[in-house]
Amino acid sequence: MIKRLSLVISIVAILGMVMTACGPAASTYTCTDSIGCVKIAPTDPIHLAYLLVVSGANAALGTDSRNGDEIAIDDIGGKLLGHTIKFDGQDGLCSADGGQAAGTKLASDPTIIFVQGTSCSSEARAAEPLLSKAGFVTISSSNTAPDLTDPTSPNHYPGYFRTAHNDKVQGAAAADFVYNFLGLKNAATIHDGSLYASSLVQVFGDDYKKLGGTITTATSVDPNATDMSSVLASVATGKPDLIYFPIFLPAGAFIIDQAKTTPGLENTKLMGADGLFSPDVMKTAGAAVEGFMVSSPLVQGAAYDAFVAKYVAKFGEQPINIFHAHAYDAMNIMFAAITKVAVQEKDGTLYIPRQALRDAVAATKDFQGLTGVLTCSTDGDCANPIIGVYTYHAGAYPPELIWPTKYLKK
Amino acid sequence: MLRTWRQRVTLTDVFIWLIGLAIAAAVVWGTIKTLELHLYTGSGWADLTIRGLALGGVYALIAMGYTMVYGILKMINFAHSEVFMSGPFAAVFVALGLSKSGFLDRQPVLGLAIIAVVAMGVSAGIALLLERICYRPLRTAPRLVPLITAIGASFFLQYTFRGLFGSGSFGYPAIKALSGSFTIAGIQIFNTQAVVIGGAVVMMLILFGIVQWTKIGKAMRAVSEDKEAAELMGINVDQIIVFTFFLGGASAGAAGVLYTLLFPVVNFYMGFIPGIKAFTAAVLGGIGNVPGAFLGAIILGLLESVGPNLFLTGLGIPSPSQLKDAIAFIVLVLILIFRPTGILGERISRDKA
Repeated sequence: MIKRLSLVISIVAILGMVMTACGPAASTYTCTDSIGCVKIAPTDPIHLAYLLVVSGANAALGTDSRNGDEIAIDDIGGKLLGHTIKFDGQDGLCSADGGQAAGTKLASDPTIIFVQGTSCSSEARAAEPLLSKAGFVTISSSNTAPDLTDPTSPNHYPGYFRTAHNDKVQGAAAADFVYNFLGLKNAATIHDGSLYASSLVQVFGDDYKKLGGTITTATSVDPNATDMSSVLASVATGKPDLIYFPIFLPAGAFIIDQAKTTPGLENTKLMGADGLFSPDVMKTAGAAVEGFMVSSPLVQGAAYDAFVAKYVAKFGEQPINIFHAHAYDAMNIMFAAITKVAVQEKDGTLYIPRQALRDAVAATKDFQGLTGVLTCSTDGDCANPIIGVYTYHAGAYPPELIWPTKYLKK
Repeated sequence: MLRTWRQRVTLTDVFIWLIGLAIAAAVVWGTIKTLELHLYTGSGWADLTIRGLALGGVYALIAMGYTMVYGILKMINFAHSEVFMSGPFAAVFVALGLSKSGFLDRQPVLGLAIIAVVAMGVSAGIALLLERICYRPLRTAPRLVPLITAIGASFFLQYTFRGLFGSGSFGYPAIKALSGSFTIAGIQIFNTQAVVIGGAVVMMLILFGIVQWTKIGKAMRAVSEDKEAAELMGINVDQIIVFTFFLGGASAGAAGVLYTLLFPVVNFYMGFIPGIKAFTAAVLGGIGNVPGAFLGAIILGLLESVGPNLFLTGLGIPSPSQLKDAIAFIVLVLILIFRPTGILGERISRDKA
């Protein structure tokens, strides 16, 4: 009898304890979001993260984006809805392996709301399944591979957006530039097996052929190779007027250097894409860089000039790449979306429903960004890109804009 | 006679020969097809050959370190690829300094000599430290222990350099005096290639001379033949081993400088691939054998450079250049099937028998 009584008493006591513990949390907001909400206590920060390449040969690409992110955070005073912003992240190393490792680490942290990244499309291919499953929103500042926002592709995941241009645009612009502006009818292409380069080469080749050009050789290199002699010799057999190799460093620099000394390619023009828009191209290709062309998004305007001034003031150097502006826009789109969907309790507790946040980003319309007026689609493309072509001069950085001619500063 | 032959040949042997024959047939067939296409000009082939020779020369100098250490300690020094990396990595700072001050353009020969001395000194120093810290305490340990230590030392060195100088690349300054080219018998040779090939040959001759014609070289050969007997004859084995590491390290440093003339970029992982290739070259030529390593390296360099285009273009394989490593290693497998001791590796097999 006494035993039973003590049992009842203890059950009541435990229930009482549980209920008192729940007491203050029994709030007016119940999360009905299909993939859950992030609850941020009054004194906790809003946790935003990056997954960018910030070390290695392509460090300039990711560091530049991160600089853009930091300026965006500075611009709102480091605070959103009364919460400070915590911004940290992982290095994706511009490779599928690195993306996988960094993605796994980020996905295991449930406080993260948003990941700014990735830098390289290969990283996205490995990291995006993890980040998407974790319920995050990702907005990339420099992924350009078309299939990432192609709803029929297995590489397309919900919650993925980008402020960078789709390479359907960049590849087409490059083909237009080479065929119509330079008037070259024979081109060879080289990719390095990465998602970015192979899709860019594909788009370039298709568009170039449509315009009437001939692809003399379509080949590939190992991204870690140093000796390009055999691939350049096989490219030389087609006698191309131009070699289009939208790859990365250091392989890109080795091609620039060695093409000049390959018989039959002495006068062949060389062209890459935004992956080779980096001061490290100058450092590693040396004098051979003279005349090397890259396509890259073109960002101009008074707002951009003001941004660059902030950049120089904060980091003590000119922007080292082109994607700082895209990262800045990505952050601001995210701030707007958070402000739109977040539910704030009286005590300051913040709830951010994850699916609603994705929908809010997808609904972004006529957003005034540095890179233009941005409107996102549900597939993930937000960019409104103008592609320019730049040419390197030995010893001078950044490279000089040469196309489209209407944007040239007189 | 026929019976004993039948008894000796197993099914495995026949199978291996068939694989070998199939590969050889593919190579011959591919070559004929490629040449029938008339895609490449004579100067194209000549250019690839010169590049192959230059690359082979670099591999040969790295392979020296592997092969001499193996000859004496019967141990594969897998940290040698990092010995190779450390020299040019250290010398890049000297080179950049010399280039900025304009010294490199005014005195290219002296400038290059300074760079080479720094690279060789750093590489040799690291090789000596490796020997003293990692291998000497383990000399009586089972053979696997120093091997694993070597792998550990290799990672340690790589990440030390990464920690010290970051994971980015450093570009070597271009040397104006070496920027041109000249033509011999219709073949265009770039000055850098000529310097690399010439430098590699000179270094090889010096090394070969030291091993063959000096007293300490004689002692090295004695230790390599029989360590105990050499010790009984009054040879200071420790000193000989230290000298071997010094020679191997210095030649790796020289290889590093020549390598950066061909590919003017250094980074902390640059040693790995050339290291593996040089090791392959040493095995190909017969590990432990100095002329063998040279021969193996030249063959490997040529195969890598000429091979993909010559063997594979005719077979209609896309992007043949990506398969150059496959070609190099298939040839290694073939040679090891038909000559397990390597091309010139007879001596060691006789010693063992």
